[in-house]
Amino acid sequence: MNYFPDEVIEHVFDFVVSHKDRNSISLVCKSWYKIERCSRKEVFIGNCYAINPERLIGRFPCLKSLTLKGKPHFADFNLVPHEWGGFVLPWIEALARSRVGLEELRLKRMVVTDESLELLSRSFANFKSLVLVSCEGFTTDGLASIAANCRQLRELDLQENEIDDHRGQWLNCFPDSCTTLTSLNFACLKGETNVAALERLVARSPNLKSLKLNRAVPLDALARLMSCAPQLVDLGVGSYENEPDPESFAKLMTAIEKCISLRSLSGFLEVAPLCLPAFYPICQNLISLNLSYAAEIQGNHLIKLIQLCKRLQRLWILDSIGDKGLVVVADTCKELQELRVFPSDVHGEEDNNAAVTEVGLVAISAGCPKLHSILYFCKQMTNAALIAVAKNCPNFIRFRLCILEPHKPDHITSQSLDEGFGAIVQACKGLRRLSVSGLLTDQVFLYIGMYAEQLEMLSIAFAGDTDKGMLYVLNGCKKMRKLEIRDSPFGNAALLADVGRYETMRSLWMSSCEVTLGGCKRLAQNSPRLNVEIINENENNRMEQNEEDEREKVDKLYLYRTVVGTRKDAPPYVRIL
Amino acid sequence: MDEFVNLKETELRLGLPGTDNVCEGKESIISCCNNNNKRALSSDNEKEIESSSRKTETSPPRKAQIVGWPPVRSYRKNNIQTKKNESEHEGQGIYVKVSMDGAPYLRKIDLSCYKGYSELLKALELMFKFSVGEYFERDGYKGSEFVPTYEDKDGDWMLIGDVPWEMFICTCKRLRIMKGSEAKGLGCGV
Repeated sequence: MNYFPDEVIEHVFDFVVSHKDRNSISLVCKSWYKIERCSRKEVFIGNCYAINPERLIGRFPCLKSLTLKGKPHFADFNLVPHEWGGFVLPWIEALARSRVGLEELRLKRMVVTDESLELLSRSFANFKSLVLVSCEGFTTDGLASIAANCRQLRELDLQENEIDDHRGQWLNCFPDSCTTLTSLNFACLKGETNVAALERLVARSPNLKSLKLNRAVPLDALARLMSCAPQLVDLGVGSYENEPDPESFAKLMTAIEKCISLRSLSGFLEVAPLCLPAFYPICQNLISLNLSYAAEIQGNHLIKLIQLCKRLQRLWILDSIGDKGLVVVADTCKELQELRVFPSDVHGEEDNNAAVTEVGLVAISAGCPKLHSILYFCKQMTNAALIAVAKNCPNFIRFRLCILEPHKPDHITSQSLDEGFGAIVQACKGLRRLSVSGLLTDQVFLYIGMYAEQLEMLSIAFAGDTDKGMLYVLNGCKKMRKLEIRDSPFGNAALLADVGRYETMRSLWMSSCEVTLGGCKRLAQNSPRLNVEIINENENNRMEQNEEDEREKVDKLYLYRTVVGTRKDAPPYVRIL
Repeated sequence: MDEFVNLKETELRLGLPGTDNVCEGKESIISCCNNNNKRALSSDNEKEIESSSRKTETSPPRKAQIVGWPPVRSYRKNNIQTKKNESEHEGQGIYVKVSMDGAPYLRKIDLSCYKGYSELLKALELMFKFSVGEYFERDGYKGSEFVPTYEDKDGDWMLIGDVPWEMFICTCKRLRIMKGSEAKGLGCGV
């Protein structure tokens, strides 16, 4: 390859798309490093504090698409305080200053302000795509800037963000000349929507393929929207309630029938079950169905709908579907690849909830040979079931099982679930992500360390007996990138056994475990390329430096590798050692 | 110092009587480790860092709740929770009188049945067979001789749609659909 001119090598590199592969190419030799860095268009940064914007731009001056992730995963469950960090503004400022030709920005768990959005909208003439997932800190005013100023905007995708809805007219801010939209998702907005403005926008967007509405868009508007966008591939239905009169219902049915390209359906934030049949005609085309917010649809209505979805590859559903419903899924959806079953009773308030059990899980594993990703919330599990699942589905890449009650054993034998999970990791040789739950001893971690060779992400809660458990994992899973542990008895011995290991990982989270301040300090001492953060919100525990007790247990520890040292934007209750 | 023991009873605080879900921000998770490796569940109620989407607390949780458990995104929890809150409030309702200029008798509607202004207006339009036109923040309702108004707690007649929905249903005492010349004062255009 050294004899080819750079342009040829660059052309070859164009075919190498994955980040991992491009990272590998850049390590081959200096000249490849140089060619690769100048030609890389998409950059993925899994931890925004591992690097800083200046170095990013220095290395990849031609970048067009940037993906940034901020807070650690457990922030999703309120374990990370709001002001912890993950601010996007410095990144946008740096990109704007350097005149990078940014076209796409994808953020996850970051703090985004209206100021950042305004700056973003004004700084990049070719900006095309904004995707925000689980972000917070902005309002519909920020969206108005994006709408008004991004002349080339194609995609505005807001997934599960906390947005302050000012009930403004942000949809009106899209200029009449804006006709390039391909994707618009505002399902997470809680307030009113100017439906007339929305209809006008959709009518002038012939390339719109994905539209996800919020609660405030009523049924008759939905019919009109679908009528002027029969080319839709992906639809998020907003509010679907209130039994419509026959005329409106007929209009809706006509509109839906015309949407022959529809492949993905979601939303149904509020549902009048009698309206669901309007979607029956297109069910046979669906490959993705997300009914996980449709708390009001009962099991039998769900079943009727799903029975028609023979080509389904992805299904997100609530456990109100029941084991019975999952059997129907197993019989019908032979192409199923990904299944997520969420709990409808999130606070454990209902004692007699006929949710899903191990029976449903086994049925799915037996009926769906292509299944590779599962997230399953249930109230009970058995080793026998997990062993059966492992035998039926050795192709799992992602296996996340959450038994709602911590420490719950096999409900038939009362034993721990070590053997069940052991069977999963032994059979699923390609397993990359695993979440365990129920009663588990150190033994399960022995299995994980022994068999889960491809494991990259592991989530542990209320599990294990001694430090050995964590050590088995750290010693065994060579490809581990993200390890997150809560409420488990792992302490300093495990934490400190192999400090160098952490530089091969993205991050480690430990909360309510046995690690102490002294242990964390020792860890931080010889690790300049690790940020060791102690998060302690409890004011009473914040003592003066000379008073602190090194034997004191650390509430939350978050450590991650970084090449740019301690961050400067941490709030007072975060101590970086 | 026994006299201070019951101060809690006389404490002024927010929240329904009999509930303990106040000022939980400072409580830390109580955890202890024993030989069985079982950890005591915290008696901490679910932390409310995102309070914006919650209006009222319903009954106190029956079981002890652990922070961040089950591992469901707060966004999802809030959206499902809202469902439950609403269904628990089913019997109560916020009934207000609705009058329409020129109509022989009044009607009554339950404001708690609606999620927002568009639903409410749609229902009123159906009930009285009229149309309100389009709402503009600056100019009010355009395109119709009818203007939806309400009487607030201070006795003033206000244009429907200006304040956030949650504030509206708390301050609205009655509705009136004004017509024609009387409506001009509130900035409607025909």
